[in-house]
Amino acid sequence: MSRLRLVWRKTLNAIMLSLTGLAALAVVSVLFLILGYLIWNGGKSLNWDFFTKLPKPVGETGGGMANAILGSLKLLLLAALMGLPIGLLAGVYLAEFGGKTFSFVVRYTTDLLNGVPSIVIGIFAYTLVVLPVKHFSTLAGGVALGIMVIPITVRSTEEFLRAVPVTLREGAMALGASKWRTIATVVLPAASGGIITGMLLALARVAGETAPLLFTAFSNRYWSDGWEQPTASLPVMVYTYAIAPYDDWHRQAWAAGLVLLALVLLANLGTRLALGRGTVRSV
Amino acid sequence: MASISHGNNASAARLAPQVRITESSTTGSQREAPVRFQISDLNFFYGPKQALFELHLKIPANRVTALIGPSGCGKSTFLRTLNRMNDAVRNARFEGQILLDGQDIRKMDVVGLRRRVGMVFQRPNPFPKSIYDNVAYGLRINGYKGRLSELVEHSLRRAALWEEVKDYLHKSAFALSGGQQQRLCIARALAVDPEVLLLDEPCSALDPVTTAKIEELMFQLKDSCTMVIVTHNMQQAARASDFTAFMLDGKLIEHTETSKLFTTPTDPRTEAYITGRFG
Repeated sequence: MSRLRLVWRKTLNAIMLSLTGLAALAVVSVLFLILGYLIWNGGKSLNWDFFTKLPKPVGETGGGMANAILGSLKLLLLAALMGLPIGLLAGVYLAEFGGKTFSFVVRYTTDLLNGVPSIVIGIFAYTLVVLPVKHFSTLAGGVALGIMVIPITVRSTEEFLRAVPVTLREGAMALGASKWRTIATVVLPAASGGIITGMLLALARVAGETAPLLFTAFSNRYWSDGWEQPTASLPVMVYTYAIAPYDDWHRQAWAAGLVLLALVLLANLGTRLALGRGTVRSV
Repeated sequence: MASISHGNNASAARLAPQVRITESSTTGSQREAPVRFQISDLNFFYGPKQALFELHLKIPANRVTALIGPSGCGKSTFLRTLNRMNDAVRNARFEGQILLDGQDIRKMDVVGLRRRVGMVFQRPNPFPKSIYDNVAYGLRINGYKGRLSELVEHSLRRAALWEEVKDYLHKSAFALSGGQQQRLCIARALAVDPEVLLLDEPCSALDPVTTAKIEELMFQLKDSCTMVIVTHNMQQAARASDFTAFMLDGKLIEHTETSKLFTTPTDPRTEAYITGRFG
C-alpha cells in the first residue's frame, strides 16, 4: 500500500512537472512561431524600398511604407510626450505621497483605464480632438495612444518605487533632505532602470495598437506634414493591406508586421542591454 | 601619526576595561560632563499604542551612550526620536521635552536638527551613487559651496576608509564590502560635521573584525562627537560605551556608567538581562 502510494506520488510529481514545463514551452513557442511566420512571409517583401519609398498606387507592384514608419514614430513620440510625464508623476504620487482613500481611488481608476478597450479610447480621442476640427490628425492619434500609455506607466512606476528600500529614503532624510529632495536624488535614481523599462514596455504596447488609430490618425498614402494631417502608421497599414484583394499588398502587410515587431523587440532588447550595462557600472 | 597613536590607546583601553573605569571616574560622573541631550518626561505613541513611558535621561557630550534591552523595548524608537526620524511615521507622536544643547528639538527646523544629529542605520544603506557622491550628498543638499573634495577626503579619513577607497572614489558605493559600506555611511553622516551621531545597531550585519574597526572608530570620534548606539550585543556595549541605558517595555530601567551597570547593576531586571536570563 505504502509502496503504491510512493509510486503514485512520484508519477503525479512527474506529470505536474511536465505539464508546467509544456506550458512554459508553449509560451516561448508562440512568440517564435509568430516571429518565424512573419519572417517567412514578410522577409521576401522586405527590401530597401520598403523603408524609403511611398506606397505605390493600386495595381502597381513594389513601393514601400516609409510614410507609415515615420508616422508610427511620430505617433509614439506624441504618446510619450503626453503619457509618460503624467504617468511618472502620478506613479510617484501613489508610491510616495498618497493618502489611503484618494490613492485607492487613483489606483483603482488606473486599473480600470488599463482595461478600457482601445477602440473606446479611440472614440474618446475622436470626440475630443477630431470632431472639433472636423479632420483626422496625427495629434488625435497621439492623444489616443498617450492615454493608453498613462495607466501602464503609473503602475510600473509605482511598483518600482515601492521596491526601493525604506532605509535608503531614511538615509537621505537623516542627512536633512526634504521629502521631494529624497525622491528626486535618491529614490528615483535607484528605481530608474525599472521605471524606464516600464515606460518602454508601455510604448511598445501601444506601438501595435490599430483600433484607436482608425478614426484618429486615420491613414495617408503620402507623407504627412506636421501634426495636423492624417498619417499612415504601421499597424493601420497592416490592417488595410491584409484585407485588400491584392497578393502584393498581402506580402507588404506581412513585411509591415515584421518591421513593427522588430522595432518593438529591438527597443526592448536595446534598453535592456543599455540598462544592464548601466546597472553594472553604477552597482 | 597622531591618529595612529590614538588608535593604540583605543585598543589598549578596549583590552583593559579597568583602565576605563579609572578614566571615567577621574573625568567625572555623568552629571559633571556637559549635557548634549536632556530628555524629560518623554512619552511616545504609535497611534493609540504607547511605546515609551516617561523617559528621563541626560546624554553627556563627547561620550558614547549605549542603549540596551530586549527587542521591542523601544530603543530604536527612542533613538529615532532624537533626530525626529519618527516624524515621517504615520500617527506617531511624542510628548515631553527633548533639549539639544538647551534648545527644544520640536521647535527646531528638522533639516537643521538632522544636520546636527547624524544617523547610521542597522544595515549599510549607501545611495546608488559613487563613493564620492555618497559622502558629498549631505553637503550638497545643505547648499554647501566650497571645496567638496577636501571635505569628502576629510570625512572618509575620519571614518577610517580613505586608504581603502582613495583610488576608487568614482566607483559605485555598491562595489564596497558590507563593512566598508557601513563606514561609508558613517563618513556620509560625518561629512556635515554633526555634533551627535546616532547609531542604530550599526554592527549587527557585520563580522567581528569589521565590528572591531567600527568600535575603534567610535572611540576616535569621541573627540568631536557625542554618540548614542543601540546594540543587542552586550559585549559591544561593555567595550565601546561610557554610559549604558537599559530599557525594558518602553521604560528606562537603569542608566549609569557602563562599568557600573555591567558590574554592579542596581535593578534586578538589569542584572537578569545582562546575565542572559531573558531577552
